[in-house]
Amino acid sequence: MIAIVDYGVGNLFSLRSSLETLGLDVVVTADPDKLCAADRIILPGVGAFGDAIQKLQATGLVPVLQTEAETKPLLGICLGMQLLFQTSYEFGQWQGLGFVPGAVCPLQPDLEAAGRAELKVPQIGWNALQILQNDPIFKYVKNGEYVYYVHSFYGKHCAANTLAVSEYAVPVPGVVKAGRVYGMQFHPEKSGDTGLRLLKAFAEL
Amino acid sequence: MITKRIIPCLDVRSGRVVKGVNFEGVRDVADPVEMARMYNAAGADELVFYDITASYEGRALFTDILARVAREIFIPLTVGGGINTLDDFDRVLKCGADKVSVNSGALRNPQLVRDAALRYGSQCVVLSADVKRVDGQFRVFAKGGREDTGRDALEWIDQCVALGAGEICLNSIDTDGVRRGFDLEMLDAVAARVNVPIIASGGAGKKEDFLELFGHKGIDAGLAAGIFHSKLLEIPDLKRYLNANGVEMRL
Repeated sequence: MIAIVDYGVGNLFSLRSSLETLGLDVVVTADPDKLCAADRIILPGVGAFGDAIQKLQATGLVPVLQTEAETKPLLGICLGMQLLFQTSYEFGQWQGLGFVPGAVCPLQPDLEAAGRAELKVPQIGWNALQILQNDPIFKYVKNGEYVYYVHSFYGKHCAANTLAVSEYAVPVPGVVKAGRVYGMQFHPEKSGDTGLRLLKAFAEL
Repeated sequence: MITKRIIPCLDVRSGRVVKGVNFEGVRDVADPVEMARMYNAAGADELVFYDITASYEGRALFTDILARVAREIFIPLTVGGGINTLDDFDRVLKCGADKVSVNSGALRNPQLVRDAALRYGSQCVVLSADVKRVDGQFRVFAKGGREDTGRDALEWIDQCVALGAGEICLNSIDTDGVRRGFDLEMLDAVAARVNVPIIASGGAGKKEDFLELFGHKGIDAGLAAGIFHSKLLEIPDLKRYLNANGVEMRL
């Protein structure tokens, strides 16, 4: 059973459908007992970091996630991945869940520093995933497959934890990992067959 | 790097995909769920569904089709047509849409763009603008291209980006259905002013039109309907051609 954490952020229709298409049992829940009973957990999210971390804290699930992640795989997707970091600088400064060392920073200034201010923010679209470190999560994908991104902020200072990146004038961490905790900046549930194969690998970890 | 996107557009009326020429003369093509499967397998980067029914029954049928598509197709889905309120956003997002495009609804109430961007994020709000030259000016049209609003299209687009629109779908009424190429003059004029992604729509007739399009700065995606539905242009062939000519594509 995969539990998708329901904390009132984002649209879970496609994520749920993609897992069901893979033949997986899925529960969308904010119930700590169900998260404990599940054999893996997905933390989704779209929107702003501050709003999302406050909503997540309000559910009281943060300590549950911290305990459960010691014994079972946890996957953060998009903003859910960013929440895994120590800090975010999205409209202020926020403390994240702290699973992944590093910080979530705005793309725009770094694109300007790279002399590529014409690149659009948010990055919306398909970008190639370059695998830097082999991992079971890549069991069913090849280097260079395309995944779908929608984001204005990205993870920095997390090189040791970065399994794969996509180039957008700067290397954008696409997949990060710390212990049993994984994060994907792109949307696997919107990345066609490639995304489904990544989710399948997560379900088999 | 990020790829350019190829987007087929499905106009849906009474549960069937139709395609007009110059927005008139509707012609039945096929079943939307079947077509979505076909386009996903062909490597479409995104799908756009426009609900062109006006009735309540038609609307319910449309959201039912959308949910059926979203349950099995896992690429981005944009939905437009009949989006006038935040409740309309809610209705289609709950059925699996990722982005919602607004057109006449935003012209009647520009605040809709702001409210939707605040609630769902800018990445969710696509401004669809139907634009036509009138007296040497780019003029924005409402009601499926039938009504001249008298507004300057470039100013309207600027205003919507400032309100929070995260993407622009620019439909040139002048080139729509003509199949002699995209309206590059109009697209350049918009691309010079905004820094959100631009989807070009109207006028694609052959693969060279897409190559020319992506040679223009600031254009992120090309959208077409009839030439894809009729298989005059096959998406895998088009993407391979563009890639071979230096345009990065998801193959």
